[in-house]
Amino acid sequence: MGALLSRGLARTSTYVVALILSVVMIFPFVWMVSASFKPQEDVFAYPIQWIPKVFQPENYSELWTTIPFPLYYLNSIKVSVAVTLGQLITCSLAGYAFARLSFPGKNKLFIIYLAAFMIPYQVIMIPQYMVVRSLGLVDSHWSLILLESFSAYGVFLMRQFFTGISMELSEAARIDGSSEFGIFARIILPLAKPGLATLGIFVFASVWNDFQAPLIYIFSDKLKTLPLGLASLNGEFTSETQLIMAGAVLSLIPIVAVFLFLQRYFVSGLTVGAVKG
Amino acid sequence: MSAKTLQATATRADPAAKPKRAFQRFLTPEARTAYLFILPNLIGFAVFIAIPGLMAFVLGFMNWDGYNPMQWNGIRNYTRLFQDSNFRISLSNTLVYTFASCALVVVAAMLLAILVNGKLKGKAFFRAALFFPHITSFVAIAVVWQAIMNPTQGPLNMFLKTFTDHPPGWLTSSDWALFSLILITVWKMAGYYMLLFLAGLQGISSEYYEAARIDGAGVFRQFRSVTLPMLSPVTFFVIITCIISLFKSFDLVYIMTGGGPGRSTKMLVYDIYAMSFRNGEFGYASAEAIVLFLIVLLITYLQFKGEKRWVHY
Repeated sequence: MGALLSRGLARTSTYVVALILSVVMIFPFVWMVSASFKPQEDVFAYPIQWIPKVFQPENYSELWTTIPFPLYYLNSIKVSVAVTLGQLITCSLAGYAFARLSFPGKNKLFIIYLAAFMIPYQVIMIPQYMVVRSLGLVDSHWSLILLESFSAYGVFLMRQFFTGISMELSEAARIDGSSEFGIFARIILPLAKPGLATLGIFVFASVWNDFQAPLIYIFSDKLKTLPLGLASLNGEFTSETQLIMAGAVLSLIPIVAVFLFLQRYFVSGLTVGAVKG
Repeated sequence: MSAKTLQATATRADPAAKPKRAFQRFLTPEARTAYLFILPNLIGFAVFIAIPGLMAFVLGFMNWDGYNPMQWNGIRNYTRLFQDSNFRISLSNTLVYTFASCALVVVAAMLLAILVNGKLKGKAFFRAALFFPHITSFVAIAVVWQAIMNPTQGPLNMFLKTFTDHPPGWLTSSDWALFSLILITVWKMAGYYMLLFLAGLQGISSEYYEAARIDGAGVFRQFRSVTLPMLSPVTFFVIITCIISLFKSFDLVYIMTGGGPGRSTKMLVYDIYAMSFRNGEFGYASAEAIVLFLIVLLITYLQFKGEKRWVHY
Protein backbone atom coordinates (compact mmCIF):
# COMPACT_ATOMS: atom_id res chain seq x y z
CA MET A 1 0.00 0.00 0.00
CA GLY A 2 2.71 2.45 1.03
CA ALA A 3 4.86 1.46 -1.94
CA LEU A 4 1.93 1.93 -4.28
CA LEU A 5 1.19 5.33 -2.81
CA SER A 6 4.80 6.50 -3.13
CA ARG A 7 4.94 5.25 -6.71
CA GLY A 8 1.76 7.15 -7.47
CA LEU A 9 3.26 10.22 -5.82
CA ALA A 10 6.45 9.89 -7.87
CA ARG A 11 4.43 9.63 -11.07
CA THR A 12 2.31 12.66 -10.23
CA SER A 13 5.34 14.75 -9.37
CA THR A 14 7.00 13.72 -12.65
CA TYR A 15 3.91 14.98 -14.43
CA VAL A 16 3.88 18.24 -12.56
CA VAL A 17 7.57 18.88 -13.27
CA ALA A 18 7.22 17.93 -16.95
CA LEU A 19 4.19 20.15 -17.28
CA ILE A 20 5.85 23.15 -15.62
CA LEU A 21 8.92 22.80 -17.81
CA SER A 22 6.82 22.50 -20.96
CA VAL A 23 4.95 25.64 -19.98
CA VAL A 24 8.24 27.50 -19.45
CA MET A 25 9.46 26.37 -22.87
CA ILE A 26 6.25 27.33 -24.64
CA PHE A 27 5.46 30.51 -22.67
CA PRO A 28 7.43 32.92 -24.93
CA PHE A 29 5.65 31.60 -28.02
CA VAL A 30 2.18 31.90 -26.51
CA TRP A 31 3.02 35.41 -25.34
CA MET A 32 4.27 36.26 -28.85
CA VAL A 33 1.10 35.03 -30.57
CA SER A 34 -1.12 36.77 -28.04
CA ALA A 35 0.79 40.08 -28.30
CA SER A 36 0.63 39.97 -32.10
CA PHE A 37 -3.18 40.33 -31.97
CA LYS A 38 -3.26 43.23 -29.49
CA PRO A 39 -3.37 46.99 -29.88
CA GLN A 40 -0.06 48.60 -28.92
CA GLU A 41 -1.23 49.89 -25.53
CA ASP A 42 -2.34 46.42 -24.34
CA VAL A 43 0.83 44.50 -25.22
CA PHE A 44 2.48 45.01 -21.85
CA ALA A 45 -0.68 45.11 -19.72
CA TYR A 46 -0.21 43.18 -16.47
CA PRO A 47 -1.59 40.71 -15.42
CA ILE A 48 -1.00 39.33 -18.92
CA GLN A 49 -4.10 39.28 -21.12
CA TRP A 50 -3.56 35.88 -22.68
CA ILE A 51 -6.69 36.34 -24.73
CA PRO A 52 -6.60 39.92 -26.08
CA LYS A 53 -9.37 42.13 -24.71
CA VAL A 54 -9.30 44.12 -27.92
CA PHE A 55 -8.67 41.78 -30.81
CA GLN A 56 -6.60 43.50 -33.50
CA PRO A 57 -5.74 41.21 -36.41
CA GLU A 58 -5.07 44.37 -38.44
CA ASN A 59 -1.48 44.15 -37.14
CA TYR A 60 -0.92 41.47 -39.72
CA SER A 61 -2.43 43.42 -42.61
CA GLU A 62 -0.41 46.46 -41.56
CA LEU A 63 2.73 44.35 -41.66
CA TRP A 64 1.74 42.96 -45.02
CA THR A 65 1.19 46.39 -46.59
CA THR A 66 3.48 48.97 -44.94
CA ILE A 67 6.56 46.75 -44.89
CA PRO A 68 7.46 44.53 -47.86
CA PHE A 69 6.89 41.41 -45.77
CA PRO A 70 5.37 39.40 -48.67
CA LEU A 71 8.56 40.12 -50.59
CA TYR A 72 10.74 38.92 -47.70
CA TYR A 73 8.65 35.76 -47.67
CA LEU A 74 9.14 35.15 -51.37
CA ASN A 75 12.87 35.80 -51.06
CA SER A 76 13.21 33.38 -48.17
CA ILE A 77 11.25 30.71 -50.02
CA LYS A 78 13.30 31.23 -53.18
CA VAL A 79 16.68 31.02 -51.44
CA SER A 80 15.74 28.14 -49.12
CA VAL A 81 14.21 26.02 -51.89
CA ALA A 82 17.12 26.68 -54.25
CA VAL A 83 19.74 25.76 -51.65
CA THR A 84 17.79 22.68 -50.60
CA LEU A 85 17.57 21.45 -54.19
CA GLY A 86 21.22 22.31 -54.77
CA GLN A 87 22.34 20.32 -51.75
CA LEU A 88 20.03 17.39 -52.47
CA ILE A 89 21.45 17.07 -55.98
CA THR A 90 25.14 17.73 -55.39
CA CYS A 91 25.40 16.03 -51.99
CA SER A 92 23.53 12.90 -53.00
CA LEU A 93 25.71 12.49 -56.11
CA ALA A 94 28.93 12.99 -54.16
CA GLY A 95 27.73 10.96 -51.17
CA TYR A 96 26.86 8.12 -53.56
CA ALA A 97 30.37 8.08 -55.01
CA PHE A 98 31.95 8.10 -51.54
CA ALA A 99 29.69 5.32 -50.33
CA ARG A 100 29.39 2.98 -53.28
CA LEU A 101 32.14 3.54 -55.83
CA SER A 102 35.87 3.04 -55.56
CA PHE A 103 38.30 5.55 -56.99
CA PRO A 104 41.82 6.68 -56.23
CA GLY A 105 42.13 9.43 -53.64
CA LYS A 106 38.75 8.59 -52.11
CA ASN A 107 39.89 8.51 -48.49
CA LYS A 108 42.06 11.59 -48.77
CA LEU A 109 39.27 13.57 -50.37
CA PHE A 110 36.83 12.42 -47.73
CA ILE A 111 39.17 13.52 -44.96
CA ILE A 112 39.31 16.98 -46.54
CA TYR A 113 35.51 17.08 -46.48
CA LEU A 114 35.50 16.01 -42.84
CA ALA A 115 38.12 18.60 -41.95
CA ALA A 116 35.82 21.27 -43.37
CA PHE A 117 33.41 20.48 -40.52
CA MET A 118 35.97 21.77 -38.09
CA ILE A 119 36.24 25.22 -39.62
CA PRO A 120 33.87 27.70 -38.00
CA TYR A 121 31.87 29.81 -40.47
CA GLN A 122 33.47 32.99 -39.18
CA VAL A 123 36.90 31.77 -40.26
CA ILE A 124 35.98 31.45 -43.94
CA MET A 125 33.50 34.33 -43.85
CA ILE A 126 35.96 36.97 -45.06
CA PRO A 127 37.71 34.98 -47.84
CA GLN A 128 34.27 33.78 -48.99
CA TYR A 129 33.23 37.39 -49.27
CA MET A 130 36.28 38.07 -51.46
CA VAL A 131 35.34 35.17 -53.75
CA VAL A 132 31.71 36.22 -54.00
CA ARG A 133 32.70 39.84 -54.63
CA SER A 134 35.12 38.89 -57.38
CA LEU A 135 32.27 36.97 -59.02
CA GLY A 136 30.19 40.16 -58.85
CA LEU A 137 27.46 38.47 -56.82
CA VAL A 138 27.29 40.71 -53.74
CA ASP A 139 23.72 41.93 -53.08
CA SER A 140 22.11 39.14 -55.08
CA HIS A 141 20.39 35.94 -54.05
CA TRP A 142 23.00 34.03 -56.01
CA SER A 143 25.56 34.79 -53.31
CA LEU A 144 23.48 32.99 -50.68
CA ILE A 145 22.45 30.16 -53.00
CA LEU A 146 25.97 29.39 -54.18
CA LEU A 147 27.56 29.69 -50.74
CA GLU A 148 25.23 27.24 -49.09
CA SER A 149 24.58 24.67 -51.83
CA PHE A 150 27.72 22.61 -51.29
CA SER A 151 28.01 21.50 -47.71
CA ALA A 152 30.41 18.91 -46.37
CA TYR A 153 27.74 17.95 -43.87
CA GLY A 154 25.31 17.02 -46.64
CA VAL A 155 27.88 14.81 -48.37
CA PHE A 156 28.66 13.10 -45.07
CA LEU A 157 24.99 12.54 -44.26
CA MET A 158 24.12 11.13 -47.70
CA ARG A 159 27.17 8.90 -47.62
CA GLN A 160 25.88 7.45 -44.34
CA PHE A 161 22.50 6.70 -45.86
CA PHE A 162 23.91 5.17 -49.05
CA THR A 163 26.32 2.98 -47.12
CA GLY A 164 23.36 1.34 -45.41
CA ILE A 165 21.87 0.07 -48.68
CA SER A 166 22.89 -3.42 -49.78
CA MET A 167 25.67 -3.56 -52.37
CA GLU A 168 24.08 -6.61 -54.00
CA LEU A 169 21.35 -4.41 -55.45
CA SER A 170 23.93 -2.44 -57.44
CA GLU A 171 25.75 -5.57 -58.53
CA ALA A 172 22.57 -7.19 -59.83
CA ALA A 173 21.69 -4.05 -61.79
CA ARG A 174 25.22 -3.83 -63.20
CA ILE A 175 24.93 -7.39 -64.49
CA ASP A 176 21.67 -6.38 -66.14
CA GLY A 177 23.64 -3.72 -67.98
CA SER A 178 22.42 -0.59 -66.15
CA SER A 179 24.64 2.47 -66.25
CA GLU A 180 25.90 3.72 -62.88
CA PHE A 181 23.73 6.81 -63.16
CA GLY A 182 20.74 4.60 -63.92
CA ILE A 183 21.42 2.54 -60.81
CA PHE A 184 21.76 5.72 -58.77
CA ALA A 185 18.63 7.40 -60.08
CA ARG A 186 16.29 4.44 -60.47
CA ILE A 187 17.30 2.00 -57.73
CA ILE A 188 19.35 3.54 -54.93
CA LEU A 189 17.88 7.05 -54.74
CA PRO A 190 14.29 5.80 -54.23
CA LEU A 191 15.58 3.63 -51.37
CA ALA A 192 17.33 6.62 -49.81
CA LYS A 193 14.17 8.74 -49.62
CA PRO A 194 14.29 9.00 -45.80
CA GLY A 195 17.86 10.26 -46.12
CA LEU A 196 16.85 12.82 -48.73
CA ALA A 197 13.96 13.97 -46.57
CA THR A 198 16.24 14.27 -43.54
CA LEU A 199 18.85 16.30 -45.40
CA GLY A 200 16.23 18.38 -47.21
CA ILE A 201 14.47 19.42 -44.02
CA PHE A 202 17.71 20.11 -42.19
CA VAL A 203 18.99 22.32 -45.00
CA PHE A 204 15.67 24.08 -45.50
CA ALA A 205 15.40 24.92 -41.80
CA SER A 206 18.96 26.15 -41.45
CA VAL A 207 18.80 28.34 -44.57
CA TRP A 208 15.37 29.65 -43.58
CA ASN A 209 16.74 30.67 -40.17
CA ASP A 210 20.13 31.90 -41.38
CA PHE A 211 20.96 35.44 -40.42
CA GLN A 212 24.68 36.13 -40.65
CA ALA A 213 25.23 35.37 -44.35
CA PRO A 214 22.24 37.46 -45.52
CA LEU A 215 23.44 40.24 -43.21
CA ILE A 216 26.78 40.28 -45.03
CA TYR A 217 25.57 39.87 -48.60
CA ILE A 218 22.14 41.48 -48.92
CA PHE A 219 21.71 45.26 -48.82
CA SER A 220 18.71 46.04 -51.03
CA ASP A 221 15.44 46.01 -49.17
CA LYS A 222 13.75 44.12 -52.01
CA LEU A 223 16.22 41.24 -51.68
CA LYS A 224 16.03 40.75 -47.90
CA THR A 225 15.10 37.37 -46.46
CA LEU A 226 12.77 37.01 -43.45
CA PRO A 227 15.36 37.03 -40.63
CA LEU A 228 16.90 40.20 -42.08
CA GLY A 229 13.49 41.75 -42.59
CA LEU A 230 12.50 40.89 -39.04
CA ALA A 231 15.74 42.34 -37.69
CA SER A 232 15.21 45.62 -39.53
CA LEU A 233 11.57 45.70 -38.41
CA ASN A 234 12.86 45.27 -34.85
CA GLY A 235 15.27 48.15 -35.36
CA GLU A 236 12.84 50.56 -37.01
CA PHE A 237 9.60 49.98 -35.12
CA THR A 238 11.13 49.48 -31.69
CA SER A 239 8.08 50.60 -29.72
CA GLU A 240 5.49 48.81 -31.86
CA THR A 241 5.97 45.46 -30.20
CA GLN A 242 2.69 44.09 -31.60
CA LEU A 243 4.01 44.49 -35.17
CA ILE A 244 7.35 42.88 -34.30
CA MET A 245 5.54 39.94 -32.70
CA ALA A 246 3.32 39.54 -35.77
CA GLY A 247 6.47 39.48 -37.88
CA ALA A 248 8.01 36.84 -35.64
CA VAL A 249 4.84 34.72 -35.89
CA LEU A 250 4.87 34.97 -39.68
CA SER A 251 8.54 34.02 -39.89
CA LEU A 252 7.96 30.93 -37.73
CA ILE A 253 4.87 29.52 -39.46
CA PRO A 254 6.59 27.58 -42.30
CA ILE A 255 9.19 26.03 -40.00
CA VAL A 256 6.57 25.06 -37.45
CA ALA A 257 4.48 23.48 -40.22
CA VAL A 258 7.46 21.51 -41.47
CA PHE A 259 8.21 20.43 -37.91
CA LEU A 260 4.67 19.29 -37.15
CA PHE A 261 4.22 17.29 -40.35
CA LEU A 262 7.71 15.88 -40.75
CA GLN A 263 8.86 15.67 -37.14
CA ARG A 264 10.44 12.25 -37.61
CA TYR A 265 12.82 13.42 -40.34
CA PHE A 266 13.44 16.69 -38.56
CA VAL A 267 14.64 14.90 -35.48
CA SER A 268 16.69 12.26 -37.29
CA GLY A 269 18.54 14.97 -39.22
CA LEU A 270 19.58 16.63 -36.00
CA THR A 271 20.60 13.50 -34.17
CA VAL A 272 22.48 11.67 -36.93
CA GLY A 273 25.99 10.92 -35.79
CA ALA A 274 25.26 11.39 -32.12
CA VAL A 275 24.68 7.78 -31.23
CA LYS A 276 26.71 4.96 -32.59
CA GLY A 277 25.12 2.14 -34.54
CA MET B 1 34.59 -1.03 -72.08
CA SER B 2 36.75 -2.39 -69.29
CA ALA B 3 38.13 -5.05 -71.64
CA LYS B 4 39.23 -2.31 -74.01
CA THR B 5 41.10 -0.34 -71.36
CA LEU B 6 42.72 -3.49 -70.12
CA GLN B 7 43.94 -4.25 -73.62
CA ALA B 8 45.16 -0.71 -74.14
CA THR B 9 47.22 -0.71 -70.97
CA ALA B 10 48.46 -4.24 -71.57
CA THR B 11 50.00 -3.38 -74.92
CA ARG B 12 51.88 -0.41 -73.45
CA ALA B 13 55.45 -0.97 -72.32
CA ASP B 14 55.83 -0.83 -68.57
CA PRO B 15 58.96 0.98 -67.36
CA ALA B 16 57.72 1.10 -63.77
CA ALA B 17 54.98 -1.16 -62.52
CA LYS B 18 53.67 1.06 -59.74
CA PRO B 19 52.77 4.25 -61.58
CA LYS B 20 51.28 2.16 -64.35
CA ARG B 21 48.96 0.45 -61.96
CA ALA B 22 47.88 3.77 -60.54
CA PHE B 23 47.34 5.09 -64.04
CA GLN B 24 45.32 2.05 -64.96
CA ARG B 25 43.17 2.37 -61.87
CA PHE B 26 42.62 6.01 -62.67
CA LEU B 27 41.18 5.02 -66.00
CA THR B 28 38.64 2.49 -64.83
CA PRO B 29 35.13 3.44 -65.86
CA GLU B 30 34.04 3.20 -62.24
CA ALA B 31 36.58 5.80 -61.13
CA ARG B 32 35.62 8.07 -63.99
CA THR B 33 31.96 7.79 -63.06
CA ALA B 34 32.84 8.47 -59.44
CA TYR B 35 34.68 11.68 -60.32
CA LEU B 36 31.76 12.83 -62.44
CA PHE B 37 29.42 12.19 -59.52
CA ILE B 38 31.60 14.15 -57.12
CA LEU B 39 32.47 16.99 -59.47
CA PRO B 40 29.40 19.25 -59.06
CA ASN B 41 29.82 19.26 -55.31
CA LEU B 42 33.59 19.37 -55.39
CA ILE B 43 33.75 22.49 -57.57
CA GLY B 44 31.44 24.40 -55.25
CA PHE B 45 33.10 22.99 -52.16
CA ALA B 46 36.55 23.98 -53.41
CA VAL B 47 35.58 27.48 -54.53
CA PHE B 48 33.37 28.47 -51.60
CA ILE B 49 34.66 26.43 -48.67
CA ALA B 50 38.07 24.77 -49.06
CA ILE B 51 39.97 27.57 -50.83
CA PRO B 52 38.50 30.27 -48.55
CA GLY B 53 39.56 28.06 -45.64
CA LEU B 54 43.16 28.18 -46.84
CA MET B 55 42.97 31.87 -47.74
CA ALA B 56 41.92 32.67 -44.17
CA PHE B 57 45.37 31.73 -42.89
CA VAL B 58 47.08 34.00 -45.40
CA LEU B 59 44.72 36.90 -44.77
CA GLY B 60 45.63 36.86 -41.09
CA PHE B 61 49.08 38.15 -42.09
CA MET B 62 47.73 40.89 -44.34
CA ASN B 63 46.46 44.40 -44.07
CA TRP B 64 43.37 44.95 -46.16
CA ASP B 65 40.63 47.56 -46.02
CA GLY B 66 38.45 45.80 -48.57
CA TYR B 67 39.23 48.18 -51.46
CA ASN B 68 42.90 49.07 -51.78
CA PRO B 69 45.48 46.39 -52.60
CA MET B 70 46.47 44.07 -49.76
CA GLN B 71 49.74 44.58 -47.91
CA TRP B 72 51.87 42.07 -46.10
CA ASN B 73 51.77 42.78 -42.40
CA GLY B 74 53.71 39.89 -40.90
CA ILE B 75 52.64 38.86 -37.42
CA ARG B 76 51.69 42.42 -36.47
CA ASN B 77 47.96 41.58 -36.55
CA TYR B 78 48.58 38.94 -33.93
CA THR B 79 50.81 41.06 -31.70
CA ARG B 80 48.19 43.81 -31.89
CA LEU B 81 45.47 41.33 -30.91
CA PHE B 82 47.14 40.50 -27.63
CA GLN B 83 47.42 44.17 -26.70
CA ASP B 84 43.84 44.92 -27.71
CA SER B 85 41.48 45.20 -24.75
CA ASN B 86 38.50 44.63 -27.09
CA PHE B 87 39.91 41.26 -28.02
CA ARG B 88 40.67 40.31 -24.42
CA ILE B 89 37.18 41.22 -23.27
CA SER B 90 35.57 39.47 -26.25
CA LEU B 91 37.60 36.36 -25.56
CA SER B 92 36.77 36.21 -21.88
CA ASN B 93 33.06 36.93 -22.53
CA THR B 94 33.01 34.18 -25.16
CA LEU B 95 34.61 31.71 -22.77
CA VAL B 96 32.24 32.57 -19.93
CA TYR B 97 29.19 32.48 -22.19
CA THR B 98 30.17 29.21 -23.88
CA PHE B 99 31.20 27.22 -20.83
CA ALA B 100 28.43 28.46 -18.56
CA SER B 101 25.77 27.83 -21.22
CA CYS B 102 27.16 24.41 -22.05
CA ALA B 103 27.36 23.28 -18.43
CA LEU B 104 23.75 24.34 -17.87
CA VAL B 105 22.59 22.87 -21.18
CA VAL B 106 24.17 19.49 -20.46
CA VAL B 107 22.72 19.25 -16.96
CA ALA B 108 19.28 20.48 -18.06
CA ALA B 109 19.20 18.27 -21.16
CA MET B 110 20.19 15.16 -19.24
CA LEU B 111 17.60 15.72 -16.52
CA LEU B 112 14.91 16.48 -19.11
CA ALA B 113 15.77 13.30 -20.99
CA ILE B 114 15.51 11.19 -17.83
CA LEU B 115 12.24 12.93 -17.00
CA VAL B 116 10.52 12.20 -20.32
CA ASN B 117 12.13 8.78 -20.83
CA GLY B 118 9.97 7.04 -18.22
CA LYS B 119 6.49 5.65 -18.59
CA LEU B 120 4.84 8.98 -19.02
CA LYS B 121 1.52 9.48 -20.77
CA GLY B 122 1.72 12.27 -23.32
CA LYS B 123 5.47 11.73 -23.69
CA ALA B 124 5.33 12.79 -27.33
CA PHE B 125 3.73 16.08 -26.37
CA PHE B 126 6.34 16.87 -23.72
CA ARG B 127 9.19 16.02 -26.04
CA ALA B 128 7.79 18.20 -28.82
CA ALA B 129 7.19 21.07 -26.40
CA LEU B 130 10.68 20.87 -24.94
CA PHE B 131 12.26 20.57 -28.39
CA PHE B 132 10.19 23.34 -29.94
CA PRO B 133 12.48 26.33 -29.17
CA HIS B 134 15.28 24.67 -31.06
CA ILE B 135 13.57 24.76 -34.47
CA THR B 136 12.90 28.49 -34.37
CA SER B 137 15.30 31.11 -35.66
CA PHE B 138 17.53 32.99 -33.24
CA VAL B 139 16.28 36.23 -34.77
CA ALA B 140 12.63 35.45 -33.98
CA ILE B 141 13.28 34.30 -30.43
CA ALA B 142 15.64 37.23 -29.87
CA VAL B 143 12.92 39.78 -30.62
CA VAL B 144 10.43 37.88 -28.47
CA TRP B 145 12.76 37.62 -25.47
CA GLN B 146 13.73 41.25 -25.88
CA ALA B 147 10.12 42.18 -25.27
CA ILE B 148 9.71 39.68 -22.43
CA MET B 149 12.87 40.94 -20.72
CA ASN B 150 11.98 44.60 -21.14
CA PRO B 151 13.07 45.94 -17.73
CA THR B 152 10.19 48.33 -17.09
CA GLN B 153 7.18 46.78 -18.83
CA GLY B 154 8.12 43.22 -19.78
CA PRO B 155 6.09 40.33 -18.34
CA LEU B 156 9.19 38.82 -16.71
CA ASN B 157 9.91 41.82 -14.50
CA MET B 158 6.21 42.51 -13.89
CA PHE B 159 6.08 39.01 -12.47
CA LEU B 160 9.29 39.44 -10.45
CA LYS B 161 7.97 42.70 -8.96
CA THR B 162 5.61 40.63 -6.85
CA PHE B 163 8.72 39.34 -5.02
CA THR B 164 11.19 42.21 -5.18
CA ASP B 165 11.12 45.95 -5.74
CA HIS B 166 14.28 45.88 -7.83
CA PRO B 167 14.13 43.18 -10.49
CA PRO B 168 17.25 42.93 -12.68
CA GLY B 169 17.69 45.11 -15.74
CA TRP B 170 18.45 42.05 -17.89
CA LEU B 171 19.80 43.15 -21.27
CA THR B 172 20.09 46.80 -20.26
CA SER B 173 22.36 46.12 -17.30
CA SER B 174 26.01 45.35 -17.84
CA ASP B 175 25.94 43.00 -14.83
CA TRP B 176 23.03 40.96 -16.17
CA ALA B 177 23.29 41.11 -19.97
CA LEU B 178 25.66 38.18 -20.43
CA PHE B 179 23.66 36.10 -17.97
CA SER B 180 20.48 36.94 -19.90
CA LEU B 181 22.04 35.63 -23.11
CA ILE B 182 23.10 32.46 -21.29
CA LEU B 183 19.55 31.93 -20.00
CA ILE B 184 18.03 32.34 -23.45
CA THR B 185 20.63 30.04 -24.97
CA VAL B 186 19.95 27.29 -22.42
CA TRP B 187 16.22 27.69 -23.01
CA LYS B 188 16.72 27.34 -26.76
CA MET B 189 19.28 24.53 -26.87
CA ALA B 190 18.33 22.19 -23.99
CA GLY B 191 15.54 20.47 -25.95
CA TYR B 192 17.82 19.52 -28.81
CA TYR B 193 20.45 17.95 -26.58
CA MET B 194 17.66 16.27 -24.61
CA LEU B 195 16.85 14.31 -27.78
CA LEU B 196 20.45 13.14 -28.04
CA PHE B 197 20.42 12.00 -24.42
CA LEU B 198 17.07 10.28 -24.99
CA ALA B 199 18.55 8.27 -27.83
CA GLY B 200 21.41 7.33 -25.51
CA LEU B 201 19.10 6.37 -22.64
CA GLN B 202 17.13 4.08 -24.90
CA GLY B 203 20.32 2.23 -25.67
CA ILE B 204 20.89 1.26 -22.02
CA SER B 205 19.66 -2.27 -21.35
CA SER B 206 17.19 -2.56 -18.49
CA GLU B 207 19.23 -5.51 -17.16
CA TYR B 208 21.77 -3.11 -15.71
CA TYR B 209 19.09 -1.38 -13.67
CA GLU B 210 17.67 -4.71 -12.51
CA ALA B 211 21.10 -5.87 -11.39
CA ALA B 212 21.66 -2.58 -9.56
CA ARG B 213 18.29 -2.86 -7.86
CA ILE B 214 19.06 -6.40 -6.70
CA ASP B 215 22.27 -5.04 -5.21
CA GLY B 216 20.11 -2.61 -3.29
CA ALA B 217 20.96 0.56 -5.22
CA GLY B 218 18.48 3.40 -4.84
CA VAL B 219 17.41 5.86 -7.54
CA PHE B 220 20.43 8.15 -7.10
CA ARG B 221 22.90 5.30 -6.85
CA GLN B 222 21.43 3.83 -10.06
CA PHE B 223 21.87 7.18 -11.76
CA ARG B 224 25.47 7.52 -10.60
CA SER B 225 26.55 3.92 -11.26
CA VAL B 226 24.52 2.95 -14.32
CA THR B 227 23.04 5.92 -16.19
CA LEU B 228 25.99 8.29 -15.97
CA PRO B 229 28.72 5.88 -17.12
CA MET B 230 26.53 4.34 -19.81
CA LEU B 231 25.65 7.79 -21.14
CA SER B 232 29.24 8.99 -21.17
CA PRO B 233 29.78 8.60 -24.96
CA VAL B 234 26.68 10.71 -25.66
CA THR B 235 27.68 13.22 -23.00
CA PHE B 236 31.07 13.50 -24.63
CA PHE B 237 29.52 14.15 -28.04
CA VAL B 238 27.06 16.64 -26.59
CA ILE B 239 29.76 18.64 -24.79
CA ILE B 240 31.92 18.93 -27.90
CA THR B 241 29.13 19.93 -30.28
CA CYS B 242 27.64 22.28 -27.71
CA ILE B 243 30.90 24.12 -27.06
CA ILE B 244 31.78 24.37 -30.73
CA SER B 245 28.36 25.61 -31.73
CA LEU B 246 28.16 28.16 -28.93
CA PHE B 247 31.58 29.59 -29.72
CA LYS B 248 29.98 30.71 -32.97
CA SER B 249 26.90 32.40 -31.50
CA PHE B 250 26.28 35.59 -33.40
CA ASP B 251 22.58 36.27 -33.93
CA LEU B 252 21.59 36.76 -30.30
CA VAL B 253 24.39 39.23 -29.63
CA TYR B 254 23.74 41.13 -32.85
CA ILE B 255 19.98 41.49 -32.32
CA MET B 256 19.74 41.79 -28.55
CA THR B 257 22.75 43.72 -27.30
CA GLY B 258 25.14 44.69 -30.09
CA GLY B 259 27.89 43.73 -27.66
CA GLY B 260 26.67 46.10 -24.95
CA PRO B 261 25.87 47.59 -22.54
CA GLY B 262 29.44 48.85 -22.60
CA ARG B 263 31.41 45.82 -23.73
CA SER B 264 29.67 43.38 -21.42
CA THR B 265 28.42 41.03 -24.15
CA LYS B 266 31.07 41.63 -26.80
CA MET B 267 32.07 38.22 -28.15
CA LEU B 268 34.66 36.95 -30.60
CA VAL B 269 32.43 36.25 -33.59
CA TYR B 270 30.60 39.53 -33.13
CA ASP B 271 33.93 41.34 -32.94
CA ILE B 272 35.16 39.57 -36.08
CA TYR B 273 32.05 40.71 -37.94
CA ALA B 274 32.22 44.28 -36.64
CA MET B 275 35.98 44.60 -37.29
CA SER B 276 35.71 43.37 -40.87
CA PHE B 277 32.38 44.39 -42.35
CA ARG B 278 31.88 47.53 -40.27
CA ASN B 279 35.40 48.87 -39.69
CA GLY B 280 36.99 47.50 -42.86
CA GLU B 281 39.90 45.87 -41.01
CA PHE B 282 39.71 42.58 -42.88
CA GLY B 283 43.26 41.42 -42.13
CA TYR B 284 42.99 42.10 -38.43
CA ALA B 285 39.58 40.41 -38.25
CA SER B 286 41.03 37.39 -40.09
CA ALA B 287 43.75 37.06 -37.47
CA GLU B 288 41.04 37.12 -34.82
CA ALA B 289 39.14 34.42 -36.75
CA ILE B 290 42.26 32.25 -36.86
CA VAL B 291 42.58 32.55 -33.09
CA LEU B 292 38.93 31.44 -32.82
CA PHE B 293 39.70 28.48 -35.04
CA LEU B 294 42.74 27.49 -32.98
CA ILE B 295 40.71 27.63 -29.77
CA VAL B 296 38.00 25.42 -31.25
CA LEU B 297 40.67 23.03 -32.48
CA LEU B 298 42.39 22.95 -29.09
CA ILE B 299 39.14 22.22 -27.25
CA THR B 300 38.31 19.38 -29.61
CA TYR B 301 41.81 17.96 -29.22
CA LEU B 302 41.74 18.14 -25.43
CA GLN B 303 38.34 16.52 -25.31
CA PHE B 304 39.33 13.68 -27.59
CA LYS B 305 42.40 13.11 -25.46
CA GLY B 306 40.27 13.19 -22.34
CA GLU B 307 37.74 10.84 -23.87
CA LYS B 308 39.74 7.74 -23.01
CA ARG B 309 39.92 8.74 -19.38
CA TRP B 310 36.27 9.32 -18.68
CA VAL B 311 34.20 7.67 -21.39
CA HIS B 312 33.13 4.14 -20.48
CA TYR B 313 31.76 2.11 -23.33
